[in-house]
Amino acid sequence: MRATAPILAAALLAAAAPAWTTPAWANPARDSLLNAYAAQAKAEDPAFTGFSAERGEALFRTRWAGGDERTPACTACHTEDPRQAGRNAKTGRPIEPVAVSVTSDRFTDEDKVEKQFRRDCDSVLGRACTAREKGDYITFMKGQ
Amino acid sequence: MRRLLIVAPLLLGSVPALTPVAALADDDWVPPVTDAVTRAECGSCHMAFQPAFLPAASWRVMMGTLKDHFGDDASLPPETTAHIAAYLEANAADSPRGMGRKYLRRLGPDAAPQRITEMRWFVHEHDFPDRVWKRPDVVTRSNCAACHRGAEQGLYEDD
Repeated sequence: MRATAPILAAALLAAAAPAWTTPAWANPARDSLLNAYAAQAKAEDPAFTGFSAERGEALFRTRWAGGDERTPACTACHTEDPRQAGRNAKTGRPIEPVAVSVTSDRFTDEDKVEKQFRRDCDSVLGRACTAREKGDYITFMKGQ
Repeated sequence: MRRLLIVAPLLLGSVPALTPVAALADDDWVPPVTDAVTRAECGSCHMAFQPAFLPAASWRVMMGTLKDHFGDDASLPPETTAHIAAYLEANAADSPRGMGRKYLRRLGPDAAPQRITEMRWFVHEHDFPDRVWKRPDVVTRSNCAACHRGAEQGLYEDD
């Protein structure tokens, strides 16, 4: 009985922790999404060893010019600085910053993330993104 | 005469109370999108345009062609598409509520226009020089909110 008290207290602390100790980039939903992309990346390429923020940044800044001419790069809508608000280059609609440090719920809703990658990769790269590319991109934005 | 007309309302104590009613009855107010799914999905790349701007036939065609939505693949899961289509059609310009009848003037009964910005009344009311359309925050004619700050709420008189 006496032994369970500290364990209970620890469990309660752990449950309460996200509210006040978790940094903005740590989010269980985002982590599980990244894990799913990692498993998929591994399945697509057995040599896959992990995501890279550097590759994510390169993906973000490259002028692919493979899709819609109004969106040659991610930066066409999101600006060169992911911490800044952007603007949809086709519709003019304002876009919240992609950087997780500014918009903390980015990449936490799998359906939304998948829908956005499907539309944006098609528009910018002119093809679907691979699981590795998606994970790299999110990893870059997590550090921004 | 003109001065008299302006002064007259000031003499009426009830003017402030009448103002909201006048705003609602205004020609430039369109019922805003109240359905959460429609607002979220249609509003994810552009403003969720008010259904009263187009007849039901337009929305039917549009929701059936999301795979090529003005050049973009905007397709959604079938149940989401059906939900949004039902909402848009129920609140369309020619719906029983009739809130958008004025936008249908000179349209044939079977017309299903897809671009609000190409409708006669729109072109007539937006006869601006090129420099206005080329403002960097405008981007495209369908970006209502660039000039109409209350567009999302259906308020279009602030031009």
